[in-house]
Amino acid sequence: MLNKSTKKNIMPTQDPAIRNKNFSEVTLGYSANQAISEANRCLHCKHKPCVSGCPVNVKIPEFIDKVKNGLFEEAYQLITQTNALPAICGRVCPQENQCEKNCVRALNGEAVGIGRLERFVADYHFQNNKVEPAENKIVKKQKVAIIGSGPAGLTCAGILAKLGYQVTIFEALHLAGGVLVYGIPEFRLPKIIVEKEIENLKKSGVRIETNVVIGKTITIDELKNTYHFDAIFIGSGAGLPRFMNIPGENANGVYSANEYLTRINLMKAYQKETDTPIFHAHRVAVVGGGNVAMDAARCAKRMGATDVFIVYRRSEEELPARKEEVEHAKEEGIQFLFLTNPIQILTNEENFVHQLRCVKMKLGEIDASNRRTPVKIENSEFDLDVDCVIMAIGTSPNPLIRHSLPELKVQSWGGIVVDEVTHATSIEGIYAGGDAVTGAATVILAMGAGKKAAEAIHNYLKNKETSF
Amino acid sequence: MFKILYKKILNPTVTLMKIEAPLIAKKARAGQFIILRVDQNGERIPLTIADYDSKENTITIIFQIVGATTLKLNQLNQNDFILDIVGPLGNLTETEGYQNVAIIGGGVGCAIAYPIAKQFYLQGSHVETIIGFRNKDLIILEDEFSKVSHQLDVLTDDGSYHKKGFVTLQLEELLKQNHHYDLVMAIGPLMMMKAVCDVTKKYNIKTIVSMNSIMIDGTGMCGCCRLSVAGKTRFACVDGPDFDGHLIDFDEAIERSKMYISTEKKAYDHICNLLKEEK
Repeated sequence: MLNKSTKKNIMPTQDPAIRNKNFSEVTLGYSANQAISEANRCLHCKHKPCVSGCPVNVKIPEFIDKVKNGLFEEAYQLITQTNALPAICGRVCPQENQCEKNCVRALNGEAVGIGRLERFVADYHFQNNKVEPAENKIVKKQKVAIIGSGPAGLTCAGILAKLGYQVTIFEALHLAGGVLVYGIPEFRLPKIIVEKEIENLKKSGVRIETNVVIGKTITIDELKNTYHFDAIFIGSGAGLPRFMNIPGENANGVYSANEYLTRINLMKAYQKETDTPIFHAHRVAVVGGGNVAMDAARCAKRMGATDVFIVYRRSEEELPARKEEVEHAKEEGIQFLFLTNPIQILTNEENFVHQLRCVKMKLGEIDASNRRTPVKIENSEFDLDVDCVIMAIGTSPNPLIRHSLPELKVQSWGGIVVDEVTHATSIEGIYAGGDAVTGAATVILAMGAGKKAAEAIHNYLKNKETSF
Repeated sequence: MFKILYKKILNPTVTLMKIEAPLIAKKARAGQFIILRVDQNGERIPLTIADYDSKENTITIIFQIVGATTLKLNQLNQNDFILDIVGPLGNLTETEGYQNVAIIGGGVGCAIAYPIAKQFYLQGSHVETIIGFRNKDLIILEDEFSKVSHQLDVLTDDGSYHKKGFVTLQLEELLKQNHHYDLVMAIGPLMMMKAVCDVTKKYNIKTIVSMNSIMIDGTGMCGCCRLSVAGKTRFACVDGPDFDGHLIDFDEAIERSKMYISTEKKAYDHICNLLKEEK
């Protein structure tokens, strides 16, 4: 029976005053009853507007129909026909800009909680499914190398392995998962979930080689000529963090969000028994308004900071972060300074951060990004007392691959040039996707690119019997 | 896992390890580094590759016991394993086209200077090497340097071996005696590299230094190793580790190197106490 409620079933969460002191997951997930109740809000529109909003075209109304009927495992099988990592997507996708944005229920109230249902189904599968995933079923001789084990690489590898190719992922860090393990915090995406997805991938025959930097340990030429890979996918991800180029940015206590989050998430600096040091700040300013900024701010709070500020040069309306993350951050006591832009970091005698000098902004004309450009208000300077500043203003693509492969065509800002449909690069047999192509974007866009590239690689290899 | 094939205590605070790492040994060149993690809870630290042998499949590291991680690393012995090693990272040292080179090494920085001196020597450059240590007990690689240098000067801060004084004293002396260099390579503590650059600036000699910044990934992702070069932010892991010493903001680099000094001290003491308890 249709659930006419204009609001989503409320997501159970840890109490904000408790969770802002621990790293356990914030949202606890729907119960089976809540999931069925939420599924009953779906109108099963014939034209399926939600599906067209999904970068990997998950069969949304179909899986929701299964949930309605309590057929959770069948729902999982439907989702995984097009999405290899549902437990992850259900947690980190910006659904409000994708599937849920197009939901007809959103015209009068809240969209169906598609992301929450996807997460429920994936978690149900992990908890209840006793059937092991298909064992290694390599049937083809052709070999594909995947560079980087982030969302783009994992997706691409998963699809190609299912098709029977011999797939090897090369990861530069000591642990597979890319941004899912070094970037997104435990409280938003428990690492056990990433581990499980990677285990599944290994069971399907994918080999993962950690501690290998392509372009340094092994070159792309060697992948082709020495190791005889027939096709290569580059998913090397985000690279050098951007800074604002304001005075004081190299002071002690100024972090890039990448560094701050890596120390905490990958290196587990929040656990007593680990050796990686981190600066335990009291008052922290995080510059930026995306998901990464929210993650950094909420980590800082959990690391013991008393006051954490998000400093963002536009207004609340333009915040690029997922809505849920912004709400959670507010509940946890993160303070938002909108229409505020840093101009200088002031330091003490030992070059440690002391204050952040800011100016107030107002919104002016609409710019190329279709948002109103922030303009400085004269004589509005003020100093914010902080002992730590975290820059979360984006990254430029990783430079190592293009440095070692000069013939690879790249944009002036470093992104790899690819065909929009096939994700083929300027070099035959080499494909690319994710942040290495687009610059900093989302997990699901990277997965969408990995998927398209996998399909194109399959077409390429089908038509080609000999190797390079 | 990476097997330690050989371990040698060079002096009370400096240890050499030869490690089996075939892929890295095949690619490594002078000036490059690795990042290692001793165990599951370990931090990632960069260490320069002191030597490499692609036939033996080995790389050599030489490290000074300065913090918790190097203390842990030093607990490992021959046939033990290091959990993670990745490399070779960073750019190799440009050696081509230089006829007369001065190599200046300070303390454990000599471990980095040695493969560079060797490369210059083998390509036929005239190599004059100056190495300095706090005292006689801390001297490393003297024999090795003597084999790859046309002239070798060893100095100690306290005069307990050979000449007393800092490496800059000897460098200035040689320059006053009209020794001519088209390149000075200085590798050692930041203070030493800064002092060398102050001297070579006066004589207008191109000077390259190797920056051993704090790092995590070492592949251009985290931005931790940044420094100011000619007023611009650069990253030691992907833009370096070698930079034109005359353009580096050394004072900033020195301050940045002290970021975790108090945390490091605590961690070091903690490991020391654990080791005492075990005994």
